[in-house]
Formats: sequence, structure tokens, C-alpha cells
Amino acid sequence: MALISVKNLTRVFDVSKPWLNRVIERRGKAFLTAVSDVDFEVTERTTYGLVGESGSGKSTIGRMLVGLLTPSGGTVEIEGVNLATETDAKKVDVIRSDIQMIFQDPYASLNPRWRVRDIIVEPVVARGGDATGLAERLLEQVGLSALDAGKFPHEFSGGQRQRICIARALSSEPKLIVCDEPTSALDVSVQAQVLNLMSDLKDNFGLTYVLISHDLTVVRHMADRIGVLYLGRLVEEAGAEDLFADTKHPYTKMLLEAAPQIDGFGREAALPEGEIPDPINPPSGCAFHPRCPIAKNICTQERPDLREVGQTRVACHFAQ
Amino acid sequence: MSAAVLSIHNLSVEIPTRTGVVKPVDGVSYDIAAGEILGVVGESGAGKSMAGNAVIGLLSPPARIAKGEIWLNGTRIDALKGEAMRRLRGKQIGMVFQDPLTSLNPLLSIGDQLTETMLTHLPISRSEAEKRAVAALEEVGIPGAAERIDSYPHEFSGGMRQRVVIALALCAEPSLIIADEPTTALDVSVQAQIIALLKRLCRDRGTAVMLITHDMGVIAEAADRVAVMYSGRLAELGTVRDVLTQPQHPYTAGLMASTPLASAGKERLHQIEGAMPRLDKVPDGCAFHPRCEYAQDKCRAAPAPQISDSHAACWFPLIAEKVS
Repeated sequence: MALISVKNLTRVFDVSKPWLNRVIERRGKAFLTAVSDVDFEVTERTTYGLVGESGSGKSTIGRMLVGLLTPSGGTVEIEGVNLATETDAKKVDVIRSDIQMIFQDPYASLNPRWRVRDIIVEPVVARGGDATGLAERLLEQVGLSALDAGKFPHEFSGGQRQRICIARALSSEPKLIVCDEPTSALDVSVQAQVLNLMSDLKDNFGLTYVLISHDLTVVRHMADRIGVLYLGRLVEEAGAEDLFADTKHPYTKMLLEAAPQIDGFGREAALPEGEIPDPINPPSGCAFHPRCPIAKNICTQERPDLREVGQTRVACHFAQ
Repeated sequence: MSAAVLSIHNLSVEIPTRTGVVKPVDGVSYDIAAGEILGVVGESGAGKSMAGNAVIGLLSPPARIAKGEIWLNGTRIDALKGEAMRRLRGKQIGMVFQDPLTSLNPLLSIGDQLTETMLTHLPISRSEAEKRAVAALEEVGIPGAAERIDSYPHEFSGGMRQRVVIALALCAEPSLIIADEPTTALDVSVQAQIIALLKRLCRDRGTAVMLITHDMGVIAEAADRVAVMYSGRLAELGTVRDVLTQPQHPYTAGLMASTPLASAGKERLHQIEGAMPRLDKVPDGCAFHPRCEYAQDKCRAAPAPQISDSHAACWFPLIAEKVS
């Protein structure tokens, strides 16, 4: 059964200048469409990877999943409940405690004035739950010592802090954890420790992850299904194996080709063209057409719909 | 191999603190030849940037060069002070930092910044400098260079800004470029462009490059030789193919094995337990021994042996068949 079901999800930000500037410079309002018409489903106890470069809307989607942002259009349903419109407070409360989030920067996401114990049990205490011994138990589960509960965040290294963030996310016994670039701020040897820990916890607690990352190798390692985003739209979605073995969208191909390879000695990669366009004035038709090696006339005029090709869903006129 | 452009001998950097002197760089030696890219790789706190800053004289006090020698084109530069160092910086050594926005002056147009650098270091007229500025921007692949010369840094995207920084580093035709994490702040597709640009410019001009990064993939694709640093010391030094395919030092082997591969499956990643020691608590003997799975009594007692191009700083270097 699908734990998360996202339909036509859209988020628009108002990036206009202040009212007076608009009058003086005779400019209208400006809007940035960060996420546009995205839909996907996440099955329980699997890992869903969202990949894209900066400005692709991957973090915005993550924030809408946990309810930190409200969608401008479309719906997010978690266990069949749309948190944005559900009126039954009890129902909302139950589902809310099933969702947790891990952020990119473990230095910014822990309150420096709180002891680790208080940080970890807060999701439980805030709901009036009993948290005796909980922090100690969770710290040992994420590979730290129970004695660490009385310390402050500054006494830990980056990798240890990320473990504390994971312990906090686990304390309310969630079903779903949204991980926004959980290892981007970590060194590669520490990244391996955290990724292994995340895999173990997933098996032990029956968790579902939504893993947001710009690093294709990390997503490949962790995810069962992967969605590739470009300028706010899903351009390709497939099982992890299929996405890498049988890449269909030219953007995904470009990403794979451009990623540095640890065994690519002196490799001269086919260089990607250009950069991500301005999201306030996205290109007409397929947003990728100015950088696409196989773009034809139709790509500049008509936006391709996401359609099924085999096991893959892909938004390209020429995918087969 | 041609004569070394940069030659570092037994370099140590010290920072006196209240509790004692710490050594972020401890007895590091390496050479970089003309046209060669030396990758310096290591995790945060390994001292890789500190070594780069020591070369260009950007150590901020109280950090200081405690011992060792730095030679650039046959001249000893580690003792240079003030004006002499300033003339060297920019003229003979170019620098590319991680964040392109903070390494450009937001109040000057990029044309002004380029001509200023050239007028300071080269005996040319202003009009000649302006002409060269446009050429430099064209060379790093900025479209419409002649029109964009009067733009300000905020009008460029991240990748374009890093190209401007590279143009700025190269405009006085230095013999050495220190690139400190030049692509870490950039997207994957832009990173590939910037790395290719660095490689092409260095090949064409014969510039030596010290490429400091934590990304093994970038090292594999760009560098000719690689220096692996751990806790302020060199762990391994050699050609990139030798070091990455047949690492001798257990730390290098561990780093390689803990990197997820695009081509591999979902099996568990290799883990190096623990973390890099704090600078004031560097263990006795080989600094890596508490995390090393092959450590023996000798590693705990004696500092790791002297490193050479064919021998890692390890008492019990891995032989090829031991590495899976």
C-alpha cells in the first residue's frame, strides 16, 4: 500500500519586489514556480529518492511532505489523509507523529543551548508522552553512548550530530522520515557510517524514507525508486536498477555522465551544456530543451507529459 | 619529469594554543611539476587547505610555519614577508577558492578586477589590460565576454562566477594555481565543466595545479598524481592510478571502499570506524592506528615511516591482493 501519495503537487513563491518599487519601476508581480505538477507514490517500507540540481524543487517537495510548507495546488496524502485539509484534529495528530525529518546541516538543526537528552525526547514530551530512559536507549541504537545524553551539541563532531538528529527523528516512532541531504555536510568515511546506520534502522523499525539528494551515487545506494527533478518537474521516475541501466531522459543521462567517477582516470566526459535556466522565466515547452542534445522543434513549443515507457515514467517527446 | 615548479620540504605549520602547540600540518613534502595537477585529498581537518595557505602566505596568525622549506621556481618563499609576498601572490601563484561569491569584490565590475590584477603584476598599459581581460573571459568560456566585462559579480550565476575567478587567477600568467575545493559549491553538471576548464587551461599553458578536494571522483578524473593527507601528515603519495586502484595505506583503501559507486549495488558500505582525531589529541605512533583494522604494536609505538613516491607512510602497507 502507498504510504505517501502525491498528486499534481505545485508550489509557487511570490518573489515580487516591494509594492513601491513595483510602482516606480512599472513592473508587475513576479512568481517563481518551485514545484509544478509533480505526482508520485511511495510504498511503505521502501526508500524513495528525489534527485536534482539546485533549484529543481527537491527540498520544497520534502518540506511540503512534512507540512513545513503548504502546497499552492495539488495534494499530499499520507496514509490516505490530506493533512492540509483534514479537519479531524485527532487524525491529524496521529499522522503528524508518524512523520519526521532529518536536515542537511547537523550544526544548524540542533539547539545549542539544550542538552542532547532534551533534544531527543522533545517530539515525545511535546505530546505529553513518557520519555523516561528513551534518550539513552535511542543514543545506543544510533551508535553513541548513553552517557552522551547529558552533553551539549557542541561536544560532538558532524557525524555524531547527524546521529543525534536521527535519534530525535526516531523518538516519536515514526513511519516516515524525510531526509533532506542527510550526508552532504559529512566526510565520505562518516557518510558511509551514517548511510549504513540508516539502512539498519530502516530494517529494524520498518521505516519508509524519502531521500533527497543531489548525489546520484548516494541515492543509487539507498533508494528503491528514484524520481529525477528538473526545474520543478519530474522528468523521469523509475526503479533504481532501471534508472541506471536503461536511462531514458536526456537530462538524467547528462547527470550520470557528468558525475565524477572514482575509476574515471583522465576521463574526458561529454560536457553538459549551459546551466540551469532562471526559474522565474523558464524556457517554453520542455524546460530542458536549451541544454538538450536531441532537442527538436516540438520541444521548444510543447511540454512533454510524463508518460509510461516500460517500467519507467518519463517526460520526453523522444523517449522510448 | 621536468623540474618542479613548487617543491615543499618537510613543511610543518603550528598553532600555539592555551593548552599547547597543535600541528595542523606536520612534516609534509611534495613537488608539483609544470603542467601537472597534484590532487591533495583528505577529510575535513586533514590539513590540506592549511598546507595550501602556507604556500601562498595566507596563514592567519597565530598559525605559523614552524619548519620546512617551500621553493617556487628555484626561489625559497616560505620566509617572504609583506611586499615581497604580495608581489608573488597573483603574479606567480593564482588562487581559486571554494566560494566564488566571497572571492570577488561585489563593488567592482569584473573587468575592473581583472585589469587591476594585471596592472599590478604585468608591465602593460591600461588599454592592453582591458583587451586582455576580454580575451581572458573568452578563454574561460563566458559567452558575450565583451558585453559582460562591465557586469558585477552578482549578475553572474555560480558556475559563471567560478569561471571569472579562474580567469582572475590566470590573468597574470602564474606558474602555479592553488585550487581549494573549486567545485564543492557547484552543481554536478557545472562541476564537470569547471574541472574540464581547469584541465584544459593547465595543459595548454603548462601551469602547475594543486587541486585540494575531498572528492575522490574529482581526483580520479582530473589529477595526475595524488597526495592523501590524514591528521596533518601525508599518508600516501603517488600517481593517481596507482594510489586509487592499489592503495597501500589502509586509510586510502578505506576511503575508496566507503565511497558509494554508481555502478555498484546496495551491499553495505565499508566503514572506517571513528573519526579523525582532534588536533590536540593526535595519538602516539601512527595517527591512524586507532581506526586501522590492521594496526599492530609497532603502529602504536613508532610514528609511521618516511613516505616516498613508491611507499606509503605505513608500517604494514597493503599489498595488491589484500585489497578487494
